[in-house]
Amino acid sequence: MSTLLEPFGYEFFQRAIFVATITGALCGLIGVYVVLRGMSYIGHGLSHAIFGGAVASYIVGINVFVGAGLWGLVAALFINRVARRRSIGADAAIGAITSASFAIGIILISIQRTFVVNFEALLWGNVLGVAPVDVLVVLGVAIASTLFVFFGYRQLLFSTFDPEVAEVSGVRTARVDVGLAVMLTATIAATMNVIGVTMIAAMLVIPPVIGRLLTDSFGRMLWISVGTGTLCGFLGVYGSYYLNWSSGGTVVLAAGALFLLAFLFSGWRRRLPALAEAH
Amino acid sequence: MAAPLVDFERVTCRYGRDPVLVNVDLEIGEGEFIGIVGPSGSGKSTLLKAIAGTVEPIAGRINRDPGLSIGYVPQVETVNWYFPVTVREAILMARIDGRRLPWPSKQEVVEAQEVLERLGLGGLADRHIRELSGGQQQRVFIARAMLGRPRLLLLDEPTSGVDVRTRHDVMHVIHELHHQGLAIVLTTHDLNGIASHLPRLVCLNREVIATGSPRQVITSEVLEKTYGAPLEVLSHGGMPVVLEQYPELVDEEEGATVLPLREDHHEHPA
Repeated sequence: MSTLLEPFGYEFFQRAIFVATITGALCGLIGVYVVLRGMSYIGHGLSHAIFGGAVASYIVGINVFVGAGLWGLVAALFINRVARRRSIGADAAIGAITSASFAIGIILISIQRTFVVNFEALLWGNVLGVAPVDVLVVLGVAIASTLFVFFGYRQLLFSTFDPEVAEVSGVRTARVDVGLAVMLTATIAATMNVIGVTMIAAMLVIPPVIGRLLTDSFGRMLWISVGTGTLCGFLGVYGSYYLNWSSGGTVVLAAGALFLLAFLFSGWRRRLPALAEAH
Repeated sequence: MAAPLVDFERVTCRYGRDPVLVNVDLEIGEGEFIGIVGPSGSGKSTLLKAIAGTVEPIAGRINRDPGLSIGYVPQVETVNWYFPVTVREAILMARIDGRRLPWPSKQEVVEAQEVLERLGLGGLADRHIRELSGGQQQRVFIARAMLGRPRLLLLDEPTSGVDVRTRHDVMHVIHELHHQGLAIVLTTHDLNGIASHLPRLVCLNREVIATGSPRQVITSEVLEKTYGAPLEVLSHGGMPVVLEQYPELVDEEEGATVLPLREDHHEHPA
């Protein structure tokens, strides 16, 4: 028993497992809307766009997270705007804007060359090295997102399922879209130091997809997604301590393993009525 | 006389450079039942959206009765049937006024159940929307619109892509709602099955070609202006019946209907 509890004796580990668990829950929550709006790629794209903003902010001399967050928000709103043009799909808008933003980051790094900040940590995450302030930022974004979803539940659901009718019925869909873009950007900016920008995209997509595989109800999908994200955050960091693997990678691998189980289970469940009839 | 629920005065709407509606005058009165007919691309859906207020006119005025609540039933083809919502979730999402909590109040649950029972969906509340028949699916979206307590219900082609039995089933529900005092505007391509049974029709092809009872507007002259092709109209039991003929499908010698060879329809460049 004491072996199982051993890592909890370290303060850095307590912080890491707490922040990873909250990150998993947060990504699971916001990810449901990202996936159901057919914007799975935006998590991937925006996390890269924010990387460009982080580098630019460092060079200009403003707080990396504030700068990256604002940069990401502008990118997300710009994507929303461009994607409204019927001749350009959301996927193309995401690809064009976020790739260009990521390229700015790469070019700035290649020009500057003398960084004291380790931008690799933003790419791959450094959950074991998170500072108390990082924990507070993630916690703050998680609370704000929970309140946003709690009090805007019906508007968010309606505008995600049927934006046109939602608008007719009095939902201010443009406001809802902006609110969601703000929450998504805040989520990515706050958590990129925890699991890294390359892993955030996976955590925004895998838990909701697991939820979708296991239920046909939106309410239950939301709970399953948050629960799965939470579990993956916890198991990933806990497992990485013993396996000595990258923490961000282990979190995503745990999600991948659960996705595989959910996929097999949902296939088996679908075949169950046919099997029962055959006997 | 009571003021109309919605009043269009010389309304013009456009997407990009192309006008979709031109100088449309239209009054929708309390408890009216109006069918909008016209060819594809004639602006029927845009007219519904303009009534609902999601498309703004570039010229003219749309006056709505203050506080008018409108229910909108979209074309079923536009619904994402793989979205994870049960019937109950699908209809309760329309309740956006007042309560801010995610879960429904006891009163909302009772009200939702009443609407479902009224539309014959009582035992289906926990089913996924994809698991329902075509008629049940259409009724779910009518139920959702009803839960918003509308005075005016807009339906965009409520019977497109459904069989005759389902069409009858859906129209029965819509007629009942009308008898309960709801004003209804629907679009349809079905001149004989639906339009000829409605109290008032609007023939539209970007502009209003004619408006009146089916007997007044389902005439060869009006339909030719509306559809841009000659259509023969017969009278059957006092009801106008549009004769739908496809000369290219009829073998003149045999008198039987045959499918033409595909290459017959190819247009060769000059």
